[in-house]
Amino acid sequence: MAKLVYDKEGRLLFTKEMAAEYTVLVPQMLPIHFEFITKALSLGGLNVEVLNTTHRGIIDAGLKHVHNDICFPALLVIGQMIDALKSGKYDVHKVALMITQTGGGCRASNYIHLLRKGLIKAGYDFVPVISLNLSGLESNPGFHMSLPMISRLICGVVYGDALMWLSNHSRAYELNVGETDALVKKWTTKISDEMKHTRLPNRKKVRENLLGIAKDFGNIKMGGEPKPRVGVVGEIYVKFAPLGNNNLERFLRSEGAEVVVPGLMDFLIFKVDNRVEDSIIYGGKAAKKAVAKILRDYIIGYQNLLRECLSAADGYPVPARYGDIKEMVRGFLGYGNKMGEGWLLTAEMLELIHSGVNNIVCTQPFGCLPNHIVGKGMMRPVREANPTANIVAIDYDPGTTSVNQENRLKLMLANARKALERQQAGEHPSTERQYEQAEQTERETVAR
Amino acid sequence: MKSLGIDVGSTTVKAVLIDESGEILYKRYERHNARVRELIALILGDVIKSVGPVEVHAAVTGSAGLGAAERAKLPFVQEVVASSTAVEQFLPGTDAVVELGGEDAKIVFFGQVTEQRMNGTCAGGTGAFIDQMATLMDITADELNELASHAEKLYPIASRCGVFAKTDVQPLLNQGARREDVAASILQAVVNQTIAGLAQGRKIEGNVAFLGGPLAFLPELGKLFVKTLKLTDEQARFPKDGQYFVALGCAVEARRFEPLRLDDVAARLDKAEEIAPSGRLAPLFASKEEYDEFTERHAQAAVATADPATYEGDAWLGIDAGSTTTKLVLITDDARILYSYYAPNRGDPVEVLREQLLEVRRLLGSKIQLRGSAVTGYGEELMCAAYGVDDGIVETVAHYTAAKFFEPQVDYIIDIGGQDMKCFRVHAGAIDSIMLNEACSSGCGSFIETFAKAIGHTTPEFAKLGLFGEHPADLGSRCTVFMNSSVKQAQKEGATVADISAGLSISVVKNALYKVIRVADPAEIGEHVVVQGGTFLNDAILRAFERELGREVTRPAIAGLMGAFGCALHAREVGRAESGLISLDELEHFEHTSSAARCGLCGNNCTLTVNKFTGGRRFITGNRCERGAGGKKSAEEIPNVYAYKLERLQNIKPIDNPTRGEIGIPFVLNFFDTLPFWSEFFAKIGVKVVLSGTSDRNIYSLGQDTIPSDTVCYPAKLVHGHIQALVDKGCRRIFYPCAPYNNVEYDKADNYYNCPVVAYYPELIAANMPVTKTIEYINPYLVYTRRGFEKKAFEAFKPYYPDLTLGEVKAAVKAAREADEQFRSDIRVQGERAIAWARSRGKRIIVLSGRPYHIDPEINHGIDRLITSLGLAVVTEETVAAQGNAAPLHVLNQWSYHARLYNAAEYVSRTSDMEFVQLVSFGCGIDAITGDELRGILESKGKFYTQVKIDEITNLGAAKIRLRSLVAAMEARDRASGKAVSARG
Repeated sequence: MAKLVYDKEGRLLFTKEMAAEYTVLVPQMLPIHFEFITKALSLGGLNVEVLNTTHRGIIDAGLKHVHNDICFPALLVIGQMIDALKSGKYDVHKVALMITQTGGGCRASNYIHLLRKGLIKAGYDFVPVISLNLSGLESNPGFHMSLPMISRLICGVVYGDALMWLSNHSRAYELNVGETDALVKKWTTKISDEMKHTRLPNRKKVRENLLGIAKDFGNIKMGGEPKPRVGVVGEIYVKFAPLGNNNLERFLRSEGAEVVVPGLMDFLIFKVDNRVEDSIIYGGKAAKKAVAKILRDYIIGYQNLLRECLSAADGYPVPARYGDIKEMVRGFLGYGNKMGEGWLLTAEMLELIHSGVNNIVCTQPFGCLPNHIVGKGMMRPVREANPTANIVAIDYDPGTTSVNQENRLKLMLANARKALERQQAGEHPSTERQYEQAEQTERETVAR
Repeated sequence: MKSLGIDVGSTTVKAVLIDESGEILYKRYERHNARVRELIALILGDVIKSVGPVEVHAAVTGSAGLGAAERAKLPFVQEVVASSTAVEQFLPGTDAVVELGGEDAKIVFFGQVTEQRMNGTCAGGTGAFIDQMATLMDITADELNELASHAEKLYPIASRCGVFAKTDVQPLLNQGARREDVAASILQAVVNQTIAGLAQGRKIEGNVAFLGGPLAFLPELGKLFVKTLKLTDEQARFPKDGQYFVALGCAVEARRFEPLRLDDVAARLDKAEEIAPSGRLAPLFASKEEYDEFTERHAQAAVATADPATYEGDAWLGIDAGSTTTKLVLITDDARILYSYYAPNRGDPVEVLREQLLEVRRLLGSKIQLRGSAVTGYGEELMCAAYGVDDGIVETVAHYTAAKFFEPQVDYIIDIGGQDMKCFRVHAGAIDSIMLNEACSSGCGSFIETFAKAIGHTTPEFAKLGLFGEHPADLGSRCTVFMNSSVKQAQKEGATVADISAGLSISVVKNALYKVIRVADPAEIGEHVVVQGGTFLNDAILRAFERELGREVTRPAIAGLMGAFGCALHAREVGRAESGLISLDELEHFEHTSSAARCGLCGNNCTLTVNKFTGGRRFITGNRCERGAGGKKSAEEIPNVYAYKLERLQNIKPIDNPTRGEIGIPFVLNFFDTLPFWSEFFAKIGVKVVLSGTSDRNIYSLGQDTIPSDTVCYPAKLVHGHIQALVDKGCRRIFYPCAPYNNVEYDKADNYYNCPVVAYYPELIAANMPVTKTIEYINPYLVYTRRGFEKKAFEAFKPYYPDLTLGEVKAAVKAAREADEQFRSDIRVQGERAIAWARSRGKRIIVLSGRPYHIDPEINHGIDRLITSLGLAVVTEETVAAQGNAAPLHVLNQWSYHARLYNAAEYVSRTSDMEFVQLVSFGCGIDAITGDELRGILESKGKFYTQVKIDEITNLGAAKIRLRSLVAAMEARDRASGKAVSARG
């Protein structure tokens, strides 16, 4: 058994010895992306396992070990980890936990501390917790973010966004049911296998893979009646994680909608861009700003690559450009609004509407503070600017029942279907057509 | 072809059959008592009987109809869609619809685009809420309506959710407010909730239709809506069949679907497969034998009785004037029970107690001497005043005294009453920590009562059913509002009444354990647990509790009378020669009148209820301070840094002859910390600052209808009113900057953020208050502690003051920083003075901590003055923070205001004459982090941690119990350690 080593403030460290012996448990958030992310971490020398559990015991463990007024994602993620430790599936003396830490002004930066408190309460004070962050918080001898790892993580997000984006569209229209899932599987396996050979960023390889993905998806046979398109935005965990949003995407699909989920790239760029904006708004060291700018533009470069390659997939929409999204929110919120999802959440709603996705689910965990401002707080101006927008805000909480959520979603869907019928009856100029035109122009711009 | 619409709501089923022209051929409205399937089958049989098994279009709608429709494979129509369809068809020209149902509230706005809104998951029910309030007053909903028609005044009642409103209503009833006024206030709360919670800034105007059961059956509710919305008689539309509209719309929408034969519809419903129940729990008792063993064991915790007809000697009376019930116990010198009483207050506790005191006085006769009496509970002060009860004691002390009688080693007491949960740990003979339920999870006991009644059972019957429920439904452990929809979900899945009853019991228990006591492991709860309170008389709850805890507990046979029993024991301990309780004669001629008045002694102008009793005794409630109550003036002398800080800010003088005009500043959130800086800054550049004024209910209501998020904290909600107040004062320019960052006060802090709400609320205001477009609303990101701020400020103000120079700004900033430092130092000095004053007189000091804006009297509801009235000095957290050092912390210390809390708590933890009380605004998620950390800091040194949650609720009842218990616990602790610090004057 590895020796327990503490830093001078009493924090249990994740040592090199542990890195060799321990299994590192990571809570699931984005099923496709996490295939790549865990691969990148494994190549960095960790033995990683993603927790895919979904049973009720997770919420109970969360309620038991975390302050009940904390936001829902914390309750779920911590509940999921403690539930795993209690499951008997792991040797608890050979397990470490990993959790992200954003360093921003919302509660999310404190999840790691709440997790540690929960562990102590549950009698697992010997289980080390690793912080995954880009802000230089909490270092551990057994884990550090090497350049190859960062590069692999970024590529993982690019691939994850590509597969998620395309599969959400094709799943709605595929004629041979299951074709989409098979393609996702094929590419996640292929790319994961390749990852160990790409130590440093290799744009050429990424381009090749993305084009291959685009081509494969372009070949899926699609057809059938047009479906209402429903966008999903919100607090990052409940937006993406099926455990957090009661399997929202599956529900929307079962109701005959096409799901549109803006990817993780924008959030990543947003977080880096905040550092640039901070120095513009409040002043600060020029060097700091320059470094942030370089990193931001580096990731934006990948987003451009992603857009360029996806536009090769015939019949698919192209994800928006970060710069355009950012421009859209001007006049709604300032760029200093950066806690949680900040202005990006509002901007994503505006971008969805702009690209013809008029129906939006804004997911929010009960008690999410930034969401008061950028979610519910911005509905009014968003609707004023877009009178036909059909937005529903859904709260997620350990006590909220799915029947309550589904009832609200059904109202949104009923409105969506009515709008689609009207549109097809020619009552309004087809936004679908507008959207196709927009897409056409997009493609031309990208090509240029 | 005919068309059938079935609307399955949370409490009722509505069905209509219409012909092609929309004429109603058949209609029915009935409570379903959780038996949806049977009732629909019955209705269908009825329809077939009148029109035959013909082909019709049919569809189901309603919040509880989804499950029925899915299982029977019948078309489903979303209920808001159904109601808007009905209105478009039958009430053309309508601009908006307000529809209230059993648990849902909806508004539909017609116009260019139809916009539909349903209540959020947190906004409680409406019809069910009125039912619950009526139960509380022991009347029917119709009687409530009748009472409301005779109202003279309205009391403010929290309009956010049912549970909160209840917390306001209960004390009003207990304090003797007129029932007519309370009834109308309840209905007005529904109106406010609908307007503030649902419309969210969009005005309800034009032709408004009012639909749904409550609005159809309670005309007074409709009248209040019309009055509040300022509608004319032509604009307000109350259609004849308002309660059927959703079913009607559903019938119209049904025409889209394939026709079905009526008997086929019935067959489908009949054959509808029961889906496998999800979320079911193990039954409470596996067998009858298990149940028998259980009842036998608990029968042992009994108390002896004595016959008053034969007893001769001394007696002591204990009274528990609880929130929903009144309890009495009369004991002998060896603590046998001579007489006991337990019954609901019926909304008139004064009269209920009078009848009982008459009974007691008669029983006493001449052979028994009443040596003393004591009262506890919500009505403590009122009853002392009304009937001359000898002593009033705080509830926690009463309960501990009683629990000790049954289990001398008791180390944990859990009391669940109708409205409150109280849990306290006993350590070394003193109450060591107290947990009261927060306003959000209260009402569990009475929730079960209301629920039982709603589905046609008495509470004992309902509980009994639960004992043998085979698959108790898993209803979660959140507050009752959430439980209502969990029940809905369980019904959808076909749970029986027995399963729901058992499930509710388990939920109540989980609520107590995980939400109030917040145990991780039941082993944390002591070895010797005593459970009490009326709710534990319910065997299903007791059983669920023992099971969840994994151990046997003591439930005294008089579980519901423990407060009164404790009072009687206390009175015996006090050892008076004779009780001063009013005589039989006085009781017979007792008179009680209550009237409304307004206190004019200060600017608060509190609404008072004046109770007058025979013999000239008076009791006044509703006042925030001791002055209106005619109380002692001594409270005034005790130092109160909260009051000082507020005055210090209010007294900042604007300049007299501005050269650059005026600017409005809302007196909200972080301005409670930064006002000295900004005032001086503007003064130096020749701008006169106009402050919005100090918050009150009136200011709040000015902006209430523009609040987009009904779950944001109250301090934030107040901002809307302040902005409106400034505009009303004629301000053409308002300054309200975004401040994501705060002051760097402690080097060791990890960061120095403000919370997201404080940081960005100015942007939310710009987006949600159209009035900001009519003026110059200045809300830049400005953090004045940052280096280079002068330049940023210059850039921000230049567009508004074109002749402004950078030099001027620099000079102004310099002066402003000095003013800022002066303010902080003044507070510290005042704090030091307060501490010195208290120490020289041997008085205790409370470090009343929170956010800077908690000094706002509308936010803290006068808790600071409540503390000084208990004889304790009040200082703020920043007074002592500099002397504390809380590192290392177990949290990321990244909010400036929090850093103060941690350091202050650390200082208090090692200072013997100080106690720490934290004010937390409801909805402040960040305090979920600070609370636990502060508790850890304090308890590691054997200190109490007391948290008081505050919201828009103006009643201080719970806070008072908490603080008095704290005082009692401090005294007990000091008695135990041989020290004596005087806590009372």
